[in-house]
Amino acid sequence: MNDNDVLISVSNLSKHYNKGAIKALDNISTEIRRGEVVVIIGPSGSGKSTFLRSLNLLERPTEGVITFEGVDITSPKTDINVLRMKMGMVFQHFNLFPHLSIMDNMTLAPVKLLKMSKSDAKAKAQALLEKVALGDRGNSYPSQLSGGQKQRVAIVRALCMSPDVLLFDEPTSALDPEMVGEVLDVMKDLAKDGMTMVVVTHEMGFAREVGTRVIFMDEGRIVEEGTPDEIFTDPSNERLKAFLAKVL
Amino acid sequence: MICYSIFQTVMLKLPSWAQDLKDTFYLNFIMKKRYLYLVNGLLTTLKITLFAVLLGIALGIIAAIIRSTYDKTANEMRMGFGKTVLSILNAIVKVYLTVIRGTPVVVQLMITYYIIFATSKNSVLVAVLAFGFNSGAYVAEIIRSGIMSIDNGQFEAGRSLGFNYIQTMVYIIIPQAFKNVLPALANEFIVLIKETSVSGYVGIMDLTRGGDVIRSRTYTAFMPLIAVALIYLVIVIFFSRLVSVLERRLRNSER
Ligand SMILES: Nc1ncnc2c1ncn2[C@@H]1O[C@H](COP(=O)(O)OP(=O)(O)O)[C@@H](O)[C@H]1O
Ligand SMILES: [Mg+2]
Repeated sequence: MNDNDVLISVSNLSKHYNKGAIKALDNISTEIRRGEVVVIIGPSGSGKSTFLRSLNLLERPTEGVITFEGVDITSPKTDINVLRMKMGMVFQHFNLFPHLSIMDNMTLAPVKLLKMSKSDAKAKAQALLEKVALGDRGNSYPSQLSGGQKQRVAIVRALCMSPDVLLFDEPTSALDPEMVGEVLDVMKDLAKDGMTMVVVTHEMGFAREVGTRVIFMDEGRIVEEGTPDEIFTDPSNERLKAFLAKVL
Repeated sequence: MICYSIFQTVMLKLPSWAQDLKDTFYLNFIMKKRYLYLVNGLLTTLKITLFAVLLGIALGIIAAIIRSTYDKTANEMRMGFGKTVLSILNAIVKVYLTVIRGTPVVVQLMITYYIIFATSKNSVLVAVLAFGFNSGAYVAEIIRSGIMSIDNGQFEAGRSLGFNYIQTMVYIIIPQAFKNVLPALANEFIVLIKETSVSGYVGIMDLTRGGDVIRSRTYTAFMPLIAVALIYLVIVIFFSRLVSVLERRLRNSER
């Protein structure tokens, strides 16, 4: 792989709270390449969300540089809103807009931000809804959907912007167990289609099966990084071993 | 007077107390078409209230957006032009809220009329401005609490799609906040109906002043003032009912 394949590059990223008393991220460096599915695992409070949310600047880093497609997103001169259009995000609690129908949830951003025509946006949204088996729910409102359905809508809402990368923060953690599968299946399909994804999750099966690379975080640092095989089959790091023993 | 004789024949055999009541009623409302003081006064009251509440909502939304933008983003923002402007706007809004809520509305009305718009002939317009600015300060807090009640995830979802702060507010936060506080806003209208009763201080013939004029012409206080009170009461009850219907509708459509 050459340098052009690097989509996101993170160097010496730190995020401190309470004037440095809490180091949510402590000097993190890594790269996300095009087509990768990077799965981030680690105990609760280890900084996974903070890391993910730094990538699209929902959290502003204390120190460090993040570039996206070669642009330094932390620079004051960068229009982060334009870059965010190319970085979709899927949240643990879906965050669908309750006052809008499913269709309007999906077309709002493409119409307002990409200046897509209403009918083009609708056609695209409809096609995506059908892909996730929700083709008949365009006129429903979020509260009329199950958790699994909501999350599938949240994923295709992000896809409506044709992003270059999708960021997932524990997309299945708020779901009833029987709905986890349907959301993971959608994510697997995306991975198969070559979508670049960064996924924070506790679903080790997904990490193993779909991940191209796994990052293990603890106490704000990247402790271990490697292929799923390297991470799961024969972990050497003690903290990773202890973590895996708990979750597997 | 023909009018009076018809009135008398209709209510011919009445006990004397009823006869008295009838006479004062006639004196206060029928004679010289004095009921018009109440009718026109009520229309003026409603006109002032309606336009003032609309102005108040517009001002309140602006003030609320400035306040909550400042609260949400001030410690995240870097030093610079944007932050300076926001800080100044926030300071202005704070002064506005403090002054309006710290002084009686009737004093604000008089200052607006006799000082700020001393040359204006249109006292109703002045009253709309005074009550509108007054109402705006209270609406601002209503809307602000509405904005604050929206889950932060909504805000993040909007920003993550690429909407800027203002767009996120306009397309995502305000519509939800507005829906949540609609009953409170309707209530503000009801409060304002009663508050405009001090309009007479600047010579406006509103409902209260209308009743008072009748009192001063007929030298009877009971009937005109009770009539005024009843009219307010009926109007307020009517709108309160409307608000609770609205509330029920909103709750049912809660999706
Ligand atoms: N706004 C905040 N203020 C203070 N501490 C925070 C804040 N957000 C996160 N933290 C702390 O940063 C650390 C990392 O949090 P987070 O990234 O949410 O972890 P994870 O997603 O791995 O569970 C935790 O110790 C958390 O308490
Ligand atoms: Mg987290």
